[in-house]
Amino acid sequence: MLRIAPVVTLLLLILPIAAGLAGTVLPSFGYLPALGGTEFSLGPWRDLLAYPGFGSALRLSIVTGVAATMLSFAIAVLTCATFHGAPGFRRLQAAIAPILAMPHSALAIGFAFLIAPSGWLARLAASVTGADRPGDIVTVQDEGGLALIAGLLLKEVPYLLLMIFAALNQMPARQAMAIARSLGYGAALAWIKVVLPRIYPQIRLPIYAVLAFSLSVVDVALILGPGNPPPLGPLALRWFSDPLLLLYFPAAAAACLQLALLVAAIALWRTGEVVVARAGRWWIARGGRGLAVQPFLNAAGRIAWLLLALSALSLLAMGLWSVAESWRFPDLLPTGWTLATWTRQAAGLWWPVQTTMALALVSTLIAMVLALACLENEQRRGLHPGIGALWLLYTPLLVPQIAFLFGAQIVLIRLDLDGTWTALVWSHLLFVLPYVFLSLADPWRNIDPRLIRTAACLGASPLRILFAVKLPMMLRPLLAAAAVGFAVSVGLYLPTLFAGNGRFATLTTEAVTLAGGADRRIIGIHALLQALLPLLIYAIALAAPSIAFRHRRLLAVAS
Amino acid sequence: MKRFVLAVCAVLLGSSVFGLARAQPWPDILAKARGQTMFWNAWGGDDKTNAFIAWVGDEVQKRYGVTIRHVRLRDTAEAVTRVVAEKAAGRNQGGSVDLIWINGPNFVAMKEQGLLFGPFTGLLPNYRFVDFETKPSNLVDFTVPVDGLESPWRLAQIVFIHDAARTKDMPRSIPALLDWARRNPGRLTHPSVGNFLGATFLKQALYELTPDPAMLQKPATDENFAKATAPLWVWYDQLLPLLWRQGRQFPETGPAQRQLLNDGDIDILISFNPSEAAVSIAGGLLPNTARTFVMDRGTIGNTSFVAIPYNAANKEAAMVVADFLLDPIVQAKAQDPAVLGNVTVLDLRKLTAEQRNMFEAVPRGAATPTPAELGRVLLEPHASWMTRIAAEWTKRYTR
Repeated sequence: MLRIAPVVTLLLLILPIAAGLAGTVLPSFGYLPALGGTEFSLGPWRDLLAYPGFGSALRLSIVTGVAATMLSFAIAVLTCATFHGAPGFRRLQAAIAPILAMPHSALAIGFAFLIAPSGWLARLAASVTGADRPGDIVTVQDEGGLALIAGLLLKEVPYLLLMIFAALNQMPARQAMAIARSLGYGAALAWIKVVLPRIYPQIRLPIYAVLAFSLSVVDVALILGPGNPPPLGPLALRWFSDPLLLLYFPAAAAACLQLALLVAAIALWRTGEVVVARAGRWWIARGGRGLAVQPFLNAAGRIAWLLLALSALSLLAMGLWSVAESWRFPDLLPTGWTLATWTRQAAGLWWPVQTTMALALVSTLIAMVLALACLENEQRRGLHPGIGALWLLYTPLLVPQIAFLFGAQIVLIRLDLDGTWTALVWSHLLFVLPYVFLSLADPWRNIDPRLIRTAACLGASPLRILFAVKLPMMLRPLLAAAAVGFAVSVGLYLPTLFAGNGRFATLTTEAVTLAGGADRRIIGIHALLQALLPLLIYAIALAAPSIAFRHRRLLAVAS
Repeated sequence: MKRFVLAVCAVLLGSSVFGLARAQPWPDILAKARGQTMFWNAWGGDDKTNAFIAWVGDEVQKRYGVTIRHVRLRDTAEAVTRVVAEKAAGRNQGGSVDLIWINGPNFVAMKEQGLLFGPFTGLLPNYRFVDFETKPSNLVDFTVPVDGLESPWRLAQIVFIHDAARTKDMPRSIPALLDWARRNPGRLTHPSVGNFLGATFLKQALYELTPDPAMLQKPATDENFAKATAPLWVWYDQLLPLLWRQGRQFPETGPAQRQLLNDGDIDILISFNPSEAAVSIAGGLLPNTARTFVMDRGTIGNTSFVAIPYNAANKEAAMVVADFLLDPIVQAKAQDPAVLGNVTVLDLRKLTAEQRNMFEAVPRGAATPTPAELGRVLLEPHASWMTRIAAEWTKRYTR
């Protein structure tokens, strides 16, 4: 049973993505018999190129995707470099957890209000200048995609920070730093020269995942990106949902282009890695102590804190809107307070909340079982999975969602599964499973083998060892992994839209739909709930082990 | 050819289903509908409408045992696409869309492709109250005959809203609007042209600017389109740089503009709901000084309908909801500015005195224009004009 677990898991991940990709690639070359496309042609690609805004859409996708990735990498690295070993470092670790739990779209919605010409920051400025009308300037949804880049940074920087923290646990960073410092290197530069090269291989895949996400993002782009033309992702989505059937074909081409773009971007990034590594070796060997740049690096390291503050303000703003009676420009705070918006929305909220919860719980549960089965199989048989397995696991996070979800929808309709719970749970599992597996793998592989051997010597069966020794010991990481899975599921937009056939409303799909221009008070409720639900689960995951282990303090520490 | 064959099959299938439906008396439909969960696909961008749909859901649950799931769409076209995709996959029964809030190009596309169930309106007991005399848009949707394939539920007419405390002497014609924008640069915008309201704004301008408005009732062709719209583009080229954000950015939807007006970002709001101002004041979304104005030569009006896809899984429940929407009690409630501020599709003369009183008891408020102030209703141009205008706008102004 256990032996087939890795096979089942990979099939569950890879097969649908492969089928989905085929279902998108074929129509992009004109082949989709159901819509009368029986011959291969380059027509869809010609149509895509002929779209008046094609050049801008492509440029926008590339610029925002690449810039967001480079900036988040740079900020994450500088932050770690300046704070490593400092008291702020632990606080930072604690501060990013709640941000990581919140869906991207919820933060984007709040951020949009924060930076809008009539938003909170502008109101703050207006309270000084005395302006009674918002300035006629473009901040949100700007043609250059700056707002979109900033919105992406809000989540990508904490994500990369988390990945760096995890990688730091795998190496004796403290000692390496101490030696470098004793040789006279400034703290930040010591980290960059000594620690970064050693952890980079471990954060490579997460960086590619950030690159993939930023290049092809749809929900955040709908909220913060320009609309005429939008980046490629929202453009493809718009065409997929056009009643003129013939737009299916260029939409498929645009979705495929997303994939090609990603492959090119990763190849380019890889080349860049080689070049930087060469230059870096020379740079490190040259031995500059970097004391002069230290103050500058220190300042740059504060950007992460700024981003965290912006996220917190975004959430706070949405919370205020949800209880505001009226809040017009240039008032800094609502002029009246009311709970009426909540009570009026309560009935309508129940269904999306239910769907969100059920979907997240079920997909997380399945993901946990599969991940545990794989890890347990690995441990019992003494396997050491290579880098290839890791790449396979990352596939759903690397392939642009829109490139396979459209094709997958056609497959689902053929199987008569579209718009069913099965399809929906599967589509969420695709994204929940990798995250659950990744957050569980390290603690599981680090279980002290002596404990297992001792239990075995006492005559415990492997099953008993699992339930009596490993699972209780692993309660904390297990719950943490579950919280991660839950948060990932809550935040999914495109998979819910496609696999659910639009019939299933989750808090995220509702919030993104409303962000198009509904009443800010109602958007506020949705964004707030969207953010609070995973936070609540995080809090439970943190608190539960302390309660369960109140009589077993040593064990709690051991995990 | 293949599509043609498919279409013929669908029509044949549709008509056979229709034959079955016609044989069903209303009590049988009610009996079948009980216990069904139906998926109403409706644009979800307006909170008042969402709340109204939720209320309808509660009521039909209580009265008829029908459960409504409101599938909130960003664009009605999404629902059309879904039915198209299902048809392409051969799912001619048990479809996922039961009822669509629809009109105009989406209706025309579905009707032409044989994707609609019916005619069914003759089966609805309350359909007899519908006003066909003074509200022709209840029978002709964007010049295309309704043929019983969709049932009306609310009337829409273009109005403009401003804050009387900030702006006075509003323009009453399309050329005057350009002059106004010259004096007030950056204070006017319109919803994105991909949105129905944005496209309708351009059609409204076209009505006043085109040499022969009667032409708009015929389908647009390559020849007549270029000629009829030439003055529109001349006008728009001058207007564009005077718009909010120099015309480089547009609010996505109608309600998004409302936020802009409330914040003082813009001075004029375009709406399809004649009582938008009153509704928004009641909801705390616009200041009490919001007022409505229209164009002297009339503004475009149309009817919002609900239609049932040919493969809907819960046709009976869909019909029960369509009928409930026409119930005088429901229409009177919807007319209340605290609810929807709806303009009813019913002919009040066909109602009993008691029913009429329900409509007359609803307060109007200073922000809502009287029928006389609303002025002439211009019939929607043929749907092809909307499609072509949106495409041409994209071609001209997307960089």
